Amino acid sequence: MSPRRSQSGGRVDRTRTIRFTFDGRPFTGHAGDTLASALLANGVTLFGRSFKYHRPRGVLTAGIDEPNALVTVLHGEVREPNTPATMLEIYDGLTVVSQNRFPTLAFDFGAANQLGGKILGAGFYYKTFMGPVFGPLKGTRFWMFCEYFIRRAAGLGRAGIASDPARYERMNAFCDVLVVGSGPAGLMAAKAAADSGARVILAELEPKFGGTANWLGETIDGVAAAEWASTMTRDLKARDNVRLLPRTTVWGYYDDNSIAALERVTDHKSAPGKGEPRHRHWSVRAGSVVLATGAFERPLVFPGNDRPGVMLAGAAERYANEFGILPGQKIALFLNNDGAYRAASAMRKAGAEIAAIVDMRGEISEAAREIADEAGGELLRGHAVVATEGGRHVSGIKVQKFDLASGSLSGEARHLDADCLLVSGGWSPVIHLASQAGMKPEWNEPLQAFLPPKPTQNWVGAGAFNGRFTTAEALAEGHAAGLSAAGLPGGAASVPEVESVALDAHPAPVFEIRAKGKAFVDYQHDVTADDVRLAYKEGFVSVEHLKRYTTLGMATDQGKTSNVPGIAIMAEALGKLIADVGTTRFRPPFSPVSLGALAAERYGDLKPERLTPMHDWHLENGAAMYAAGLWYRPMIYGLAGETVEQAYIREAKTTREAAGIVDVSTLGKIAVQGPDAADFLDRVYTNVFSTLAVGKARYGLMLREDGIALDDGTTWRLGNDDFLMTTTTANAGKVMQHLEYLLDVVWPDLKVQLTSVTDQWAGAAVGGPKAREILASCVTGTAVDNEALPFMGIVHGEIAGVPVMICRLSFSGEMAFEVYSGAGHGMHVWEALIEAGKPSGMVPYGLEALGTMRIEKGHVTGAEIDGRTTGRDLGLDWMLSKKKPFVGSMMMDREGLIAEDRVRLVGVISLDNRPLKGGAHIVEEVNEKEPKNSIGHITAVCYSPSLGKYIGLALVKGGKARIGTRAFISDPLRDRFGPVEIVSNHFFDPEGKRMHG
Amino acid sequence: MAEYSAFSLLKNALTGNRDWKPAWRKPDPKPSYDVIVIGGGGHGLSTAYYLAKEHGITNVAVLEKGWLGSGNVGRNTTIVRSNYLYPQSIRFYEHSMRLWENLSHDLNYNVMFSQRGILNLAHTPAQLDDYARRGNAMRHGGGDAELLYPDQIARLYPGLDLSGSARFPVVGGLLQPKAGTARHDAVAWGYARGADRRGVDILENCEVTGFLRDGDRITGVTTTRGEIRAAKVAVAVAGSTGQVMKLAGIDKLPIESHVLQAFVSESLKPILPGVVTFGGGHLYVSQSDKGGLVFGGGLDEYNTYAQRGNLPLVEEVMSELLAMFPAFARVRLLRSWGGVMDMSMDGSPIITTGPLPGMYLNCGWCYGGFKATPASGWCFAHTIARDEPHEINAPFTLDRFHRGILIDEKGQGSTPKLH
Amino acid sequence: MLITCPYCGPRDLSEFSYQGDGNRTRPDPASTDQAEWNDYVYDRINVAGDHNEIWQHAGGCRAHLAVVRNTLTHKITSVGFARDAGHKKSDGHRRTGAHS
Repeated sequence: MSPRRSQSGGRVDRTRTIRFTFDGRPFTGHAGDTLASALLANGVTLFGRSFKYHRPRGVLTAGIDEPNALVTVLHGEVREPNTPATMLEIYDGLTVVSQNRFPTLAFDFGAANQLGGKILGAGFYYKTFMGPVFGPLKGTRFWMFCEYFIRRAAGLGRAGIASDPARYERMNAFCDVLVVGSGPAGLMAAKAAADSGARVILAELEPKFGGTANWLGETIDGVAAAEWASTMTRDLKARDNVRLLPRTTVWGYYDDNSIAALERVTDHKSAPGKGEPRHRHWSVRAGSVVLATGAFERPLVFPGNDRPGVMLAGAAERYANEFGILPGQKIALFLNNDGAYRAASAMRKAGAEIAAIVDMRGEISEAAREIADEAGGELLRGHAVVATEGGRHVSGIKVQKFDLASGSLSGEARHLDADCLLVSGGWSPVIHLASQAGMKPEWNEPLQAFLPPKPTQNWVGAGAFNGRFTTAEALAEGHAAGLSAAGLPGGAASVPEVESVALDAHPAPVFEIRAKGKAFVDYQHDVTADDVRLAYKEGFVSVEHLKRYTTLGMATDQGKTSNVPGIAIMAEALGKLIADVGTTRFRPPFSPVSLGALAAERYGDLKPERLTPMHDWHLENGAAMYAAGLWYRPMIYGLAGETVEQAYIREAKTTREAAGIVDVSTLGKIAVQGPDAADFLDRVYTNVFSTLAVGKARYGLMLREDGIALDDGTTWRLGNDDFLMTTTTANAGKVMQHLEYLLDVVWPDLKVQLTSVTDQWAGAAVGGPKAREILASCVTGTAVDNEALPFMGIVHGEIAGVPVMICRLSFSGEMAFEVYSGAGHGMHVWEALIEAGKPSGMVPYGLEALGTMRIEKGHVTGAEIDGRTTGRDLGLDWMLSKKKPFVGSMMMDREGLIAEDRVRLVGVISLDNRPLKGGAHIVEEVNEKEPKNSIGHITAVCYSPSLGKYIGLALVKGGKARIGTRAFISDPLRDRFGPVEIVSNHFFDPEGKRMHG
Repeated sequence: MAEYSAFSLLKNALTGNRDWKPAWRKPDPKPSYDVIVIGGGGHGLSTAYYLAKEHGITNVAVLEKGWLGSGNVGRNTTIVRSNYLYPQSIRFYEHSMRLWENLSHDLNYNVMFSQRGILNLAHTPAQLDDYARRGNAMRHGGGDAELLYPDQIARLYPGLDLSGSARFPVVGGLLQPKAGTARHDAVAWGYARGADRRGVDILENCEVTGFLRDGDRITGVTTTRGEIRAAKVAVAVAGSTGQVMKLAGIDKLPIESHVLQAFVSESLKPILPGVVTFGGGHLYVSQSDKGGLVFGGGLDEYNTYAQRGNLPLVEEVMSELLAMFPAFARVRLLRSWGGVMDMSMDGSPIITTGPLPGMYLNCGWCYGGFKATPASGWCFAHTIARDEPHEINAPFTLDRFHRGILIDEKGQGSTPKLH
Repeated sequence: MLITCPYCGPRDLSEFSYQGDGNRTRPDPASTDQAEWNDYVYDRINVAGDHNEIWQHAGGCRAHLAVVRNTLTHKITSVGFARDAGHKKSDGHRRTGAHS
């Protein structure tokens, strides 16, 4: 016997057939089905295999708490593992495979793990696999050998390696009231808040609003509850101040009512609609939150409780009432509370035979007894199920007499035929979000449940969330919560009338029936009641130790069905009250969230790209681009057949012989303006700027507060109170923030305004012996000769009709000019300069040639100013003014920063005519095989066309004292060892004759 | 107490697992000890273990305010590595690595240290040079390091985006083959059991509320379980360093407490062999034996003692993970949590005598404390037993900040959020 | 977390950049007391509770804010401009750079 679809009932649309496959087999279902309901309707009960023992597992629940029925959804090559079948809405073409089995779901070799029996108890792996202490498997080798197989046996579904082509979206939302959960409590809350005019968002994790109204079969306000819920939903949807979010799981409660939610926009469709993302990540700032998240039913712990065919009573009720499915033909129930009797009634109404109702309690209420009588079947009070029978599906159960007070079994075990066993161990309010937002949950003894803690953020709870399990209570509390969340006083407003059977939700305080056989607490992780007791025996008694030692509650269902039974068993072992044992703190997310959704628009597009105004020109002219932070800069402009080295040598050589042009737009640029600007610069630079004449520029060095070099660059005095500071490309943001902090926090009395103008200026540096001639040929409105434009001078003029600012400064060591124009004119000016340079044979050059020329000159950049070096380390002692304090001046001469053994800047020349490598170390001894005693490292390297040698800059212990000595480059990572000569970092034109002209 | 072995598992299985004993005792506090170690985390427990094992000092109590291992030893991303730049760091973490390699045997507890390697991805030639500098420093310090290029990386990590069109294309990486992961809780439990077997009292739910003093000298502590005297009091409380030291009247330290979030995905069949870090951001990811992707990124970047982070960082971390592994967009985040980090002013730790007589301080681990657990305890035990540091931890002083003798691996200076 | 910028109103954490401990007072620029400088640069009281700290509204007006935030609960009880904060002692040693 197997489950089947009933002829009528439920809300699936039997007129619409949907085709899908499961493990390659074609199936059909109906619109409104989940994968779980559709497969059940086809008589499938084996859905998956458990984590450790690979036991056959069926569907336990009908919702997000499902521990067993996990599947992998395929979209071509793209795989989506570990999806609960209970949450997966079927669509035409849906392709699903089972997981954690080999070779097939029915015949899984991994099931051999069950033979391991008691050896594979909780934490067994901590006690073995250490291996021998000597021999080839010593150390970690034996463990790694075993681990190889353990890793393959563990894991659930398989993720793919194909990129996910789906799109994800992030949405910010603001509301006065966010209602989480749309059961009767949530609907009432949303309506009450919306009636007051508040902006309301109502989030429901299921596709349909209404929650239990959809499947409890009750009557509200004289109509079927499901119809009442539909009407309420339509009413809310029609309002401008309400936003309904179906298929939306609120999963994170962060500080200041920042709420995170996941909307599964198109997972239920064959193909997304135009412009629809797969998932939408909602970041909601809510004035207040109504938590109407309901409760999860708990299973009971007894031997064989994991056999397919065992299902939560409430889930069966839902399958019958919402999907028109009977989970079996001959159904037994095993309960510890009155509430679950309703399921017996629902099964009977849907056409099943009730085999027996096994109630562990001796006494039950009159209402429950009436239902039992109507449902038919045996009512076995004071009994317990001690085993299930069958192979991969329940075929019967064994029951024994059970004494509630002592927990003891007695009498002969009796067999009963049944093809389905519904269980109920009471209800646990869904308090996860409240726990995330606040304090410790509190145990309620009569309800045998943890109730929400007192709010520490602005939320209010309603309904089953608060342990109020009847619909009438949910309606009243929901209404009150809605008013309260909207900031309105509570009133005696009329709440809809409910017709339902009054059933007491208080369960008997028993979670486990102890009999022979494996009794599962955490289904997915195969944690048994004996595992919990083993943890107790070994002293892992705090709830956190229990969780970590047994892995209880750490599976994909996050213990939604297992936490409370596990804690109860531990409490009993300890002889403590559950209240004293406590529960673990819930952490985000409430249920698993796709990583794609959290990355949202940044998926496939991690960071913005910064492009200079001349970017397209570079690409069109053969530039290979180099990422520099967020920027892209030309590395070389390669000619056909050229290597990178050949290209940069040509570019550098041509620049030194004729002229070259380089795009310097990426340099950080900060306008420093105001009457105190000069004073401010004196404070932040190590050298003096207040003496700088208007129309001149000066090279400056900045330190951090701790005396370490921060950045360098030139700053131009454009007017008495107007400076333009340049920074290195990499440190532009850091320097800006450093200066802003000093100005705003430390010296707010200085009258200075800082403006980042990096993106406002385009810059091109033209250098080389013919640079002045090129400039002279295209600049109008100013002379560029030595008199008008001396070294470090600044002039204003025009190029091709566009205003430009020109500063004569040099990074390459050549006579050079930086030409700045408005960014919008950047390309225009660049092209005019290129044109003007043609007669002189000027070439554009990239970062490699730029680097080559700066190394030849011994200038420092980020590779040397690496956050660990001082001005003295960099050979910039001459820039450290003794006449004034500056940021870092009191910190830079502490003993550790002036120690003799610090690494200091020098030059190195390769003596074997082979290239040097950045990141290689320098050693004094020849010991290639066992490198040791590094005395420093190489920061930057190039082939110097001027010297005809491979050279580099290096930071070496002793620094200048070593000049003229020999050492060795030691680069074991790249198999490079060879002699070098340590020289001054000023390789080329040390007197600066070329740039001074 | 019985040795753990395959044989003991089998024997106990045959007797229904009835005879297992607690991994560590739950004793009542004695009125006095030779040494009190405050902090029942990884470092505190390993300190007690090595005090007993290496120095024969067994009259020791470890005081834990909550449950054992409730701090960062059970909240980290389980990475063990020694891929550092400075010789001082390399020597210390290489020492730790050697202890790790024999730890399961030493403790008779499988801490599941698995040396599947750590790969730091580089995305520009300059970054690769920077990694080469570090890798070469490791090699010159006796460690292991290799430079890998994209074709080699592709073979190790098939799901990694190695296309040139990636926003941060991979140009290579630094591999430390000896690095790997260990089971974090097992480290705490293994050290606890090992220390307990040598006579150390582990006192859980025993929060220090104050220090007993004789003039300047620390002579013991007051706790929620009474007054306990000791000749030597050692503090190893990571993120709580500020709070505990205030009880001793030390109001300022070169430490800020920050929260670091960590994340784990649902369980997957093996897809990542080792640890990978992203050079275009601050992400590190590995896969646990259970199958979950375990990953983290930067700090939330504000002072906090709450073991709870916020959403912007979560989004940043996921974005960086997917920039490396686009297929993981359909993998789901299962759990996130936070740990409070004792961020020091140069990113390196402090293991020292003092700052008061009778007191010893171990802190400043930033987010590198887990891998240091064995060496930290080993060095701290030496420092406590001999009243002077071992040469391995001698550079990790408290006064190095003022003196400018910094060990700033990242070159970020006194901005703790950046270390 | 939301920070209420006095210029811009309540804004999300992601718009702000933490600029550290606001309890520190930078010594007079001309101070040659090394201990005072060391303390400013390296030593922190690292409060567990209400913490004075500086945030920059980096993704907004770029003002630096003096915020009192509880480091145990993240609850913010006060936000003002850092430039107005009382503990700053910039007055009296203006133009300290000018005596060069």
